Amino acid sequence: MLISRRKTVAWAMGTVAAMFAVTGALAQDGPIRIGSITTLEGPFATGGQDAYRAMEMAFEAIDYTVGGRQIEWIRESSNATPDVALARARKLIEQDDVDIIIGPLSGAEGIALRDYSRTLEGKTIVNGSSGAADTTLRDPSPNFFRFNTEGTQWMAGLGTYAYEEMGSRHVALVAADYAFPYAQVFGFMHEYCELGGAVTKLWSPLNTTDFSSIIAQFPSDVDAVVLIQGGTDALAFLTQYAEVGGDLPIIGGSITADQTLLSARGPHQSLMEGMVAAGPIADLNEDPNWQDFVARYRERWGSEGFDSPSIHAVNYYTNTIAVIQALEEVGGDLSDNQQAFQAALASAEFTAPTGANVALDHNRQAISDIFLTRIVNDGGTMRTEAFGRTENVSQTLGMEQEAFLALGSPSRDNPDCPPAR
Amino acid sequence: MSLQFILTVTLNGLTLAALYFIVASGFSLIFGLMRTVNMAHGSLYMVGAYVGFAVYDPLYASDVWASHAWLIGVVAGILAAALVGLLMQVVLLGWMQGQELRQALVTIGLSIIIADQLLFLFGGNPFRFFTPELLFGPTELPVIGRYPIFRLFQVVLAIAVGIGLWLLLNKTKLGIVVRAGVDDRQMLAACGVNVPLVAATVFALGAALAGLGGVIGATAQPMALGVDARFLLMSLVVVIVGGMGSIGGTALGALLIGLAEQWGQVLFPTYSVILTFVIMATVLAVWPQGLLGRKPT
Repeated sequence: MLISRRKTVAWAMGTVAAMFAVTGALAQDGPIRIGSITTLEGPFATGGQDAYRAMEMAFEAIDYTVGGRQIEWIRESSNATPDVALARARKLIEQDDVDIIIGPLSGAEGIALRDYSRTLEGKTIVNGSSGAADTTLRDPSPNFFRFNTEGTQWMAGLGTYAYEEMGSRHVALVAADYAFPYAQVFGFMHEYCELGGAVTKLWSPLNTTDFSSIIAQFPSDVDAVVLIQGGTDALAFLTQYAEVGGDLPIIGGSITADQTLLSARGPHQSLMEGMVAAGPIADLNEDPNWQDFVARYRERWGSEGFDSPSIHAVNYYTNTIAVIQALEEVGGDLSDNQQAFQAALASAEFTAPTGANVALDHNRQAISDIFLTRIVNDGGTMRTEAFGRTENVSQTLGMEQEAFLALGSPSRDNPDCPPAR
Repeated sequence: MSLQFILTVTLNGLTLAALYFIVASGFSLIFGLMRTVNMAHGSLYMVGAYVGFAVYDPLYASDVWASHAWLIGVVAGILAAALVGLLMQVVLLGWMQGQELRQALVTIGLSIIIADQLLFLFGGNPFRFFTPELLFGPTELPVIGRYPIFRLFQVVLAIAVGIGLWLLLNKTKLGIVVRAGVDDRQMLAACGVNVPLVAATVFALGAALAGLGGVIGATAQPMALGVDARFLLMSLVVVIVGGMGSIGGTALGALLIGLAEQWGQVLFPTYSVILTFVIMATVLAVWPQGLLGRKPT
């Protein structure tokens, strides 16, 4: 009797185990659940919309199937603040049970999700468009991958151009006070200060709408303005600067010359023409990959989309195709805590829509090409045009990691090269 | 810190305060005087800006009307906000007089609905009005140097609004009725005054001021979804600091907040955001009625 009961228990346990195995196998054949986070609210709402346009194109190109498995795409939205991004990521993982998250869009959000990804097991977060340096440089997480270049890399070549070609010696730097601009400022000043330029830094909180008192603080001897702002903030600054009759040349950050600014009509346009900047994309770029991408974008979205895909569209697209490629390579196999998938991601190498080669470093951070751009009036439409290209820019700007880390984390006060008093 | 710099930042604070005053004076009428809790005041601001822009944009693009587009936009914004405000008062808030919690919840709900409708109708793209030719560009001021004309215009407009409201409340029959209604509604009704009509008129006037502020605000700064919360909060702080129902108090509150924002941005950019609330907390701790509010009788 005892034996038979034991047998029964063993049999029952075996059945349960078998059932788990079956459901496990079913999960492997069921859809791959990909969650995504971008900003459909707040200051970068238009960029966020465009990011999802690009993701949709990437999924449509493979008809939402990879390695024989369906892709189920669950979209979430944040408002560019880290706490909201984190809450939405938790919702995706805990309630929607997604396997992979693609996102977020903004700098501080990226750091929040990087930290969150470390607490996960068998889940992967692939960046969307966020570009804070420390997300991958310091204290990287094994579950966080970034196939787009970041804020510091994006400024490659710009400081040198400002100093040597524009002859600038002292700039007023107007930047938003959070992680992503810190990285951009670091990238610019790394070159500019090294050459001997001086920088007067003026920080403003994100969502500043009134820059008049910042403009009033410009020292009288500055010869250019470096504007590391995006979206409505950049628009507000430029309009108000035009309104006081400002006429210094403007050097932009990588998200300054975005579609919010380029497509808006108004007095800021006179200041924008000729504005130089650096970043991972340019609207006018001879590369056939880019021409093809823009053509597909325009065909798919028509008047609903932008005149030309935005930086966020390109970054989300780049990260999404990295995920698709890696899933293809492992045949949609996400078992074993996604080990094979993560290995495939880490070794991925491909060509981004901009024509730039993308590979990851040991921190799972992209090494890729950066363009110098200027704003031109292209038959009545303002566009950015590539006029220089720095190839294979690494996150440490070509320095040894040790030496680069010794420069310190980008912050409000680092680096610093104030004008001599 | 040079004198020029000090004066410029102070003038910036003053001009920002002018915009705040225009919007908050409408709030002061509705909340301060009528004691109607209107958490949708920021939405009225947005309605003014969005509708004004919808009228303005095609006109600006046409050759014939371009020069008048801004003025027509202002009028359209004012009318739209006044109409929405009137509807809010007549349909919803009128019969909840004195039930503050209920009014608060209803108007918060309204503000969410309005924000979503605006997103649906106009999309999420930010926009702004272009300053009309006459008011565009810098002018020379003594000591300060070049300064945008439009910001000075804001001050002139705010002063005009302030004087207009003061005259209306203190020198007209409507003003007497409104002030009487604040003190004793029932007695006023017993005197044969149509109180709901007066309430609707005042509410529409307050909403119209929010609409005017919306167009002016969207000319000075870019307009995007989400500013409703900012301007509601600002109006609340200004009215509470200044004292409920006092036009002078609202002006003083707006001045204090405008100057604090601009000087805060210059002196300690990182923490400037909290300065406004420090002021509010301090004022409430020392003068619970606000700076120029009436003591309860």
